[in-house]
Amino acid sequence: MLSIRHIVKQYAGHRALNDVSLEVESGKIFGLLGPNGAGKTSLIRIVNQITAPDSGEVYFNGERLNQSHINRIGYLPEERGLYKKMEIGEQMIYLARLKGLSRDEANKRLKYWFEKLGIEGWWKKKIEELSKGMQQKAQFVATVMHEPDLIILDEPFSGFDPVNAEVIKDEILELNRKGATILFSTHRMESVEELCDSIALINKSQKILDGKVKHIRNSYRNDTYLIEYTGQQLNFDGTQPFEIVGDTLSEDDSHIIRIKLNGSHNSNDVLQYLIPRTRINMLQEVIPSMNEIFIEKVNHIS
Amino acid sequence: MNKVLLIIQREYVTRVRKKSFIIMIFVVPLLLLAMGGVIALVAKNSNQLSSLQVVNVLDNSKVFDGKFRDVSNIKFVRGDQDLNKAKATSKNDENISTLFIPADYAKKGGVQIFSKKKSAIQLTEEIEKQMNDIAINNSMLEHHIDPALVNTIKNTNINVNSVEITSTGDKDANIGPNIAIAIACSIFIYISLLIYGGQVMRGVIEEKTSRIIEVVISSVKPFQLMLGKIIGVGLVGLTQFSAWIILSVISSKIAGHAFNSPASPMTGILQTLQTIPFGYILSCFLFYFLTGYLLYSAMFAAVGSAVDSETETQQFMFPITMPLLFTYILSVSVLFRAPDSPLAVWLSIIPFTAPVAMMVRLPFDPPGWQLALSMAMMVIGFLFTTYVAARIYRVGILMYGKKASFKELGKWFFYKE
Repeated sequence: MLSIRHIVKQYAGHRALNDVSLEVESGKIFGLLGPNGAGKTSLIRIVNQITAPDSGEVYFNGERLNQSHINRIGYLPEERGLYKKMEIGEQMIYLARLKGLSRDEANKRLKYWFEKLGIEGWWKKKIEELSKGMQQKAQFVATVMHEPDLIILDEPFSGFDPVNAEVIKDEILELNRKGATILFSTHRMESVEELCDSIALINKSQKILDGKVKHIRNSYRNDTYLIEYTGQQLNFDGTQPFEIVGDTLSEDDSHIIRIKLNGSHNSNDVLQYLIPRTRINMLQEVIPSMNEIFIEKVNHIS
Repeated sequence: MNKVLLIIQREYVTRVRKKSFIIMIFVVPLLLLAMGGVIALVAKNSNQLSSLQVVNVLDNSKVFDGKFRDVSNIKFVRGDQDLNKAKATSKNDENISTLFIPADYAKKGGVQIFSKKKSAIQLTEEIEKQMNDIAINNSMLEHHIDPALVNTIKNTNINVNSVEITSTGDKDANIGPNIAIAIACSIFIYISLLIYGGQVMRGVIEEKTSRIIEVVISSVKPFQLMLGKIIGVGLVGLTQFSAWIILSVISSKIAGHAFNSPASPMTGILQTLQTIPFGYILSCFLFYFLTGYLLYSAMFAAVGSAVDSETETQQFMFPITMPLLFTYILSVSVLFRAPDSPLAVWLSIIPFTAPVAMMVRLPFDPPGWQLALSMAMMVIGFLFTTYVAARIYRVGILMYGKKASFKELGKWFFYKE
């Protein structure tokens, strides 16, 4: 769908993107992660043809990115806004027409969206009369109204209350089910694990990691488990097939320990060792969250 | 191109729909109408005093006694009280004045008129005229000259009509109305360039501060947006002018009927105004407004893109509007008196100053080649500023929180896309 190849973007004082390459698969949700100032917005602006890279190419469905692709991309910038003094219906139609819809078509689709989000009464309202959350909803509608193949969302949930964030998330998922590819940029990792199929991690202008979320997390497995048992607290003499990591968390007579497997042992060996000694309530593999991977990676690089 | 049309449409419609725009359309011709009315009324009223003035004549010289003629609204009465008593009467009634003529009336400042308010110029002029006539008559009689004969001899009325010799033939060079038109045009073009240029700048700042800019330029190129805005606002300006011209013509027709009696001095003014080729001046005005507007509004747009709020525009606005202000001040003070001086010629050729300077020169018929050169320079000028401004604009609109300076703008100009 979108293939970004060896992009370099140089600004006066610094290099915003240094040889960044990405592949976004069609029909997937792709997360672009990175701390603030890493170069995410610069990359997104290049995909939107707001700026051009110093070197490198972007391909859209196999074609070199050009003006004809503009109408097939929907973009919700991080810094967003609408004309404050303009009526919302008129404004949405204007923005949709800039994306190549006819007036009638824009009108029809806008009615559909207003009904869907339960905001039919807003048509004649001016933006300045709406609350921030309502403005965000309107902005989202403006982004997707022309039914783009690629939807680019820069920090889409900032500014939404939890209820509306959920509404928008559902809409994003539905658009994705209908076939739209979604590229979304964030520094909030929680949303990534829920939504994204694949991610790329950008830090200090470089891509430092990319791939499917599942694969990345699996590759960060390090044979660590959480075990909860009930009874007297166990003492280990060094013959057990694992090492204790960190402290034991005890509450009444239930204890939680964090272990790391020794050598070639697996979780069954752990259970076989423990079952004669105590009562096991839980054994759970600890896979690092994206947040942990993110922090580890970023710290590791710097 | 289709997208530029959409932008033009939005810029135009949102502005034209504003109440302030509609009000302005009607207010300006109404003001003109009111002004015309006031001028006509004043001109009419200054012909005669508003109420009957009685002049109490205390003549100690006995030269003028009984020789004053009553004219409309001025009645001369022979006063036999003494001065103080007469002055007391005048003090009580503003319609009674006291004219005191001492025995030695020829001495400077000897003749005095007392009244409750400052005497109307018309009254004093009438008295002066009559006293001079009477004194001259008396002198002529003393020297045995027949005043009636002298009056018939004196009865000629010669006016000098200044005529300009031009290649197309002699023409009436009554320059009063020309000066009026020259100054009016330069003021008008100066103000409208600033007003509509300022609107473009505020529009850009609005888009930048409301952060819609990034949404829009993900659909259109920054240059298209800038162009659409400039053209849209320019069309608003043209709409306003056309409405004013149409309404002014209508209202002056109405005013003409209402205020124009043949005796009114307005008729004279209107007649001389008719010798001016309005169509020619109007079309030149439109040309210089359009090209000047394109030239300046592009720069205003660049300034708007470089700042985060209107208060920051000051440092850029001053140098940009300087040539315009400079020419404007020169125009209303010097240029109209020397419309063919080298300074005026140069100013009317340099594109930054030409719109104002050429409008001043226009009523005085500048040579055709200068007008053509000036117009060509205007076109080159606005193409140039639009090019420069567009390069600054495309970078500026995405810059937030950076304090822009001219040096910074220079850097932006050389940025690659």
